Amino acid sequence: MLVTLLRRLMQSAFVVVAMSVIVFFGVHIVGDPVWLLVNPQADQADIEATIRALGLDRPIHEQYFHFVRGALAGDFGKSFTFGESALKVILQRMPATLELAIAAVVMAIIIGIPLGLYAGLKPQSPISKTIMAGSIVGFSLPTFWVGLMLIMVFAVMLGWLPSTGRGPTATYFGITSSAFTLEGLRHLMLPAINLALLKVSLVIRLTRAGTMEAVHQDYIKFARAKGLAPRRIVGVHLLKNILIPVVTVLGLEFGNLVAFSVVTETIFAWPGMGKLLINAIQSLDRPIVVAYLIMIVLLFVFINLVVDLLYSVLDPRVRLSDRAA
Amino acid sequence: MGWVKAFAVAAAIGMSGAVAPLTAQELKIGVMAQPSAMDPHFHNLTPNNSMLSHIFERLVETAADGKLKPGLATSWKTIDDTTWEFKLRPDVKWHNGSAFTADDVVFTFERAPNVPNSPSSFASAIKGKTIKKVDDLTVHISTAAPFPLMPNALSNVLIVSKAVGNGAKTEDYNSGKAAVGTGPYKFASYVPDDRVEVVRNDAYWGGKPQWEKITFRPIKAAPARVAALLSGDVDMIEDVPTTDIERLKKDDKLTIVQTVSRRVIYFHLDQARDVTPFIKGKDGAEIKNPLKDLRVRQALSKAINREAIVSRVMEGAAIPASQFLSEQFFGTSKQLKPVAYDPEGAKKLLEAAGYPNGFKMTMHGPNGRYTNDVKIIEAVAQMFTRIGVETTVETLPPAVFFSRASTGNKGEPEFSFILVGWSADTGETSGSLKPLVGTFDKEKGSGTANRGRYSNPDLDKLVEEALKTNDDAKRGEILAKASETAINDVAIIPVQYPLSTWALKKGLKYPGRADEYTIGSDVTR
Repeated sequence: MLVTLLRRLMQSAFVVVAMSVIVFFGVHIVGDPVWLLVNPQADQADIEATIRALGLDRPIHEQYFHFVRGALAGDFGKSFTFGESALKVILQRMPATLELAIAAVVMAIIIGIPLGLYAGLKPQSPISKTIMAGSIVGFSLPTFWVGLMLIMVFAVMLGWLPSTGRGPTATYFGITSSAFTLEGLRHLMLPAINLALLKVSLVIRLTRAGTMEAVHQDYIKFARAKGLAPRRIVGVHLLKNILIPVVTVLGLEFGNLVAFSVVTETIFAWPGMGKLLINAIQSLDRPIVVAYLIMIVLLFVFINLVVDLLYSVLDPRVRLSDRAA
Repeated sequence: MGWVKAFAVAAAIGMSGAVAPLTAQELKIGVMAQPSAMDPHFHNLTPNNSMLSHIFERLVETAADGKLKPGLATSWKTIDDTTWEFKLRPDVKWHNGSAFTADDVVFTFERAPNVPNSPSSFASAIKGKTIKKVDDLTVHISTAAPFPLMPNALSNVLIVSKAVGNGAKTEDYNSGKAAVGTGPYKFASYVPDDRVEVVRNDAYWGGKPQWEKITFRPIKAAPARVAALLSGDVDMIEDVPTTDIERLKKDDKLTIVQTVSRRVIYFHLDQARDVTPFIKGKDGAEIKNPLKDLRVRQALSKAINREAIVSRVMEGAAIPASQFLSEQFFGTSKQLKPVAYDPEGAKKLLEAAGYPNGFKMTMHGPNGRYTNDVKIIEAVAQMFTRIGVETTVETLPPAVFFSRASTGNKGEPEFSFILVGWSADTGETSGSLKPLVGTFDKEKGSGTANRGRYSNPDLDKLVEEALKTNDDAKRGEILAKASETAINDVAIIPVQYPLSTWALKKGLKYPGRADEYTIGSDVTR
């Protein structure tokens, strides 16, 4: 267990270093942020003052080592745009993104798994065929289009839900979230559905494929022959065996949702990290981009670890130390 | 069946909340960009300046039509060639109840240029000016040389309280602790990327403000901004996409407001290098830079069908441009008219200049910096190709475009022919002439945005003279003459003045502003 953890840490440290180099120098090659930051009316002296203030007058490798020194002390530099610590700016927007991602994954689980099970157990029924056709639609429609359609139908035409933005927040058990208020939940609905659509389709297909394979396995036949209730066969024996791929994929998808829900956050003006990242890329706000991607690497490492832990819970044959070898 | 009932109830609650009646005392505005801070001196850029105008005020304010009007100063005059006297407004209170005095103005002059980590400071507005408190309600501001644009320069700087602002950092303004102004609205909350809320200042010197509360929501995606208005989530939006204007005009629940802005969309031409990298002969061989020939520049200007660009590309949300600023602004020339579309005349000029078959050119521009920028570039490229100047188009993300267009060639501008826009923040033409077509000169601070490196000593002299002339009428004449000199020499090729467009719920009125600001205090019922 400990060896696994250490190995994982080493690996992720290497990824973080490599990525910081690529992003740091990459953003530098793309262009100079000064021209977007500075007021167009500023004269040459002002522009030079800004360049100095942001430390962009120094050679790029010096800038990088300066960044590394800071990063080792936990300081990823100040955002060019906001003038505040990059980490603080990112963390400020994290709760909004997390609640969106969690809402989407929860939807994917509670909608996707039952539908997938049904479609797997009764593959010939018309309902199953409808479910599968629906999942293809969920796969193939582009997120931005679905988002705009959701807004048009539920906000503009029907007026049931708000079109954009995050609702008021409330704090319970030390967690501040807009999911704790009615108004906040109403705001959360459309963007969460938009994000969840693809994941629901994914979960349906994975669950169905797993179910169709598992129902013909000997242990299910044996359970049937033993006279166990169908409910117990499906709910315990079957489900437990098909969940491993679902958990793996959902884990990685959750990381993706947290890291890159850029489109949905932009369309719904959701004040999360995805929108921050795309704005930072557009304005070449290097400290934000670098800090963001480092955080994301760490997040994925962490998620993978959690997924592995879940494996060993779901399947007693899996031991962490074995997997690392 | 319990869940069906629960769903019905939830839906009913949902519906009741969706379309808020207009009797509410709250105004919700969907804005295009969010301010990067609540510190009025942190970032000298439109989203910040516009938003913070609700909380803070300036000595000199800009009226909707772009003219200057008294703000925290009631009057101003020159007392000698190099000194201006500003009389301050009496009985103005800060939001915390203390009185506004000359000390606050002096403090603002110290603070504004020196905010740490500021990506674009107010140094240019303050630089070279010495301020002296005469009494509690009078200040003298002096410069080394005559400076007739003093009121214009001060119309950009928001005044902060000395007592609150002393030692305050940008974070203190963002948290609201130091966000204490004299304006019609008080700071209530700032959630980055999500919302800014301000509430009515009942003690405002200019009378009771209209709204109890104003909420600003940054909605960057244009379709989402329109949808937020249509669904009633916001009462007003700025920067309506041109493709939606016609449709929204027909909607009887909405009002559309359009005003000409201080912005001009124009082409900058490389007029410095003898050989310019993005122009080649028809056979692909290197040729002398044709843009140095006045006749070629005139031909290119004549080849542009400005009416078509305004009506088709901009869908009516623009005016054909003849010079640096639309005619109603100070220092423009009444003589200049938009160059008429004349492809035949353009061909003749090209022939006379020795290019009967034209040449090949690559035109550069940003994608997504100005309204319909890519479409304009593509349309003009076709128009040029029609007169024999075979034009290809390369559009780049703004971050890449502006750094290459400014310093891409060893610190010098890289491109040959670019589409850019310029907004004259001073509201008069010297604010365009000096940076755009003044000779590039670090010492004098001229030609800052002269990405064509145009240089004309006669023009420089005229602009310099104008900037020393305190007499308004005389200065206006000189600036008009300077505009004519630059335009007749085709220093730039102006294309159009975009209109700024706002959409509001029916029953709300807004005097569209020339500076493109969205000011909730100006929205009335």
